[in-house]
Amino acid sequence: MKLKRGIPLIDQHDQHGFWGGKFGGSFIPETLKKPVEDLTNEFKKLRKDKKFLKKKDHYFKNYIGAPTSFVKLDNLTKQLGGAQVWAKVVSEANGGAHKIYNATVHALICKAMGKKYIVGDTGAGYAGKMLSMAAKKFGLKCKIFMGAKDIKRQKPNCEAMKKNGAEIVPVYSGSQTLVDAVSECMRYWVSNCDNTHMCVGSTVGPNIFVKICGWSTAQISRELKVQLKSEFKKIPNKIKLINCVGGGSSAYGFWSEFIDYDKKQIELIGVEAGGPKNSKLHAAPLSRKTKIGILHGAASYVCQSKEGQINETESISAGLDYPGVSPMHCFLKDTKRARYTYATDEEALNAHQMVTKFENLNPSLEPSHAFAEAIKIAPKLSKDTIIIVNSCGDAKKDRDILRERLGKK
Amino acid sequence: MSSLINQAFQNAKNENRPALLTYTVAGDNTKKRSLEILKSISNYVDICELGFPHNTPIADGGQIQTSAYRAIKNGIKINDVFSIAKDFKSKKKNKPIILMGYYNMIFQYNENKFIKKCKKSKVDGLIVVDLPYPENKNFAAKCKKKGINFIQLVSPTTSEIRLKKIIKDSHDMIYYISMLSTTGGKLKVSPKKILEKYSKIKNQNKSKNVVIGFGITEKTIKSLKKADGLVVGSAICKEISNSINKRQNTVTNVTNIVKRLKNKII
Repeated sequence: MKLKRGIPLIDQHDQHGFWGGKFGGSFIPETLKKPVEDLTNEFKKLRKDKKFLKKKDHYFKNYIGAPTSFVKLDNLTKQLGGAQVWAKVVSEANGGAHKIYNATVHALICKAMGKKYIVGDTGAGYAGKMLSMAAKKFGLKCKIFMGAKDIKRQKPNCEAMKKNGAEIVPVYSGSQTLVDAVSECMRYWVSNCDNTHMCVGSTVGPNIFVKICGWSTAQISRELKVQLKSEFKKIPNKIKLINCVGGGSSAYGFWSEFIDYDKKQIELIGVEAGGPKNSKLHAAPLSRKTKIGILHGAASYVCQSKEGQINETESISAGLDYPGVSPMHCFLKDTKRARYTYATDEEALNAHQMVTKFENLNPSLEPSHAFAEAIKIAPKLSKDTIIIVNSCGDAKKDRDILRERLGKK
Repeated sequence: MSSLINQAFQNAKNENRPALLTYTVAGDNTKKRSLEILKSISNYVDICELGFPHNTPIADGGQIQTSAYRAIKNGIKINDVFSIAKDFKSKKKNKPIILMGYYNMIFQYNENKFIKKCKKSKVDGLIVVDLPYPENKNFAAKCKKKGINFIQLVSPTTSEIRLKKIIKDSHDMIYYISMLSTTGGKLKVSPKKILEKYSKIKNQNKSKNVVIGFGITEKTIKSLKKADGLVVGSAICKEISNSINKRQNTVTNVTNIVKRLKNKII
């Protein structure tokens, strides 16, 4: 298993859609074969279509607000007393998180395909909120599938979805979280694929959805590359790019431009959700030894039983609370290009507290997992090491959890 | 020698009616009870489909999901599914049984081991919901080699070219999904339209047995009786749920609904 240079990772799969010969693919019911094939052809065409690209760039700049800023966290750096800690503040993007890139691209594709309805899944509510925004912007009717447990714990984003005119469909099956929302969304698509477009909210699902999402979030690292060069004159020699990983869309977007670099120069570190400190449940398939399985149409490392039943997961962060992970991250793990670890709920909360105490930054619980790792390793590293954390979401949505756990207002 | 599945269709044809296929979930609501249901209904059914439950079923509607979750909650394991099939076949050796489920269960068990175990348990066929053509080519060939029918699915979205290829690679039976829906949806396409598409499939190769499934209930079954076979799943799972809720005998109630279904197509 080997990574290729000079080819975007989203295109490094074989003809059956597998990365490294075993991750990804399209394990879908017969009914979805045709719509998936149509979407695959459309995307292949659109990504080379100058008019479409111009439109995409226009909306990325004027609607999403590219580029998001790249800032040094001076106080945190001083406090930790080791490596420099920087942040790519992706939460500045319209809507407050990286999910807007994928949502905007899907809405544009939906329009191009002449479909009037768009559906999507959501965990933390950001994918849903952004899809509802994009749908409103482009005049599409929108339905969002969301686990009942997540609806309760991510209220602010639900309010936003409703305000944008989207219908939220609560999902009561299973653990009532993201995994069930994705299943239910796929079921809805099976029944309505003739007039409805489906947006999968992360770099998971059948091959084509992994590709579209990765293609969209890659904007993050394109911006960062320019910003690094302008800040340091060249790409520095010791960089660590730290990102939280649930499905893995923000991590892929944050890393894609840097995968070709030697890992001694640019280390890629993914941080999964370790769950509550003393709980057996977690959402960390890459860092806590799981086997390859098939979930939601793709093969990846999955939290599952020996028999192949998908495990319930537990995490304070709804956006990371998912038993599977992008096949591209499985590939990056097995080729050893990226290193994956996890942070517990408590570590993420502590990190959130520390970052908000020292910096004018309000990372949501998802990137707080990444900050937890940065806080852990920074003191041991030299001053010329540049740690960059993707602060990919804003904590507004977490107000209820933070109030309960940290007494925050 | 012709397969038991083929023979079952032939028998029905001789009686000038479509074959009746039922779907129940192994272990719903207990291992013992699901075997009893299977044995009882098989007196009226031509081919029994037995689901091996998965907890993330992306193509199943509410009724079958409920049955699957119930079975898993009651502790059903994949080896229990095989033992139910084996027990059933030891009593009803000429009644074909088809296992149906999602690929991850097979993948974790190991493809070859799974097929071997099917063979040992006298399973006649396999339906794997999320392993479409052509991804299933390898696995289907392995099944065929062991004398197990791999049943290809065809849907209203299947293109003509694709249809040809699928039929060419199919074994004795093809499953036509009546409409764009998960299992148990309300029949939203007219029977006439369904039968038109059915004929298109049938005309490609008359020797293949084509069954229609999804949305088939006591109300709709009669209108589709021209098909080689008709599959009823959700309506039966629903009856099991209702019987449990009313604390009635699931075996009796399910047998009764199957009898009524059969009467509608004689």
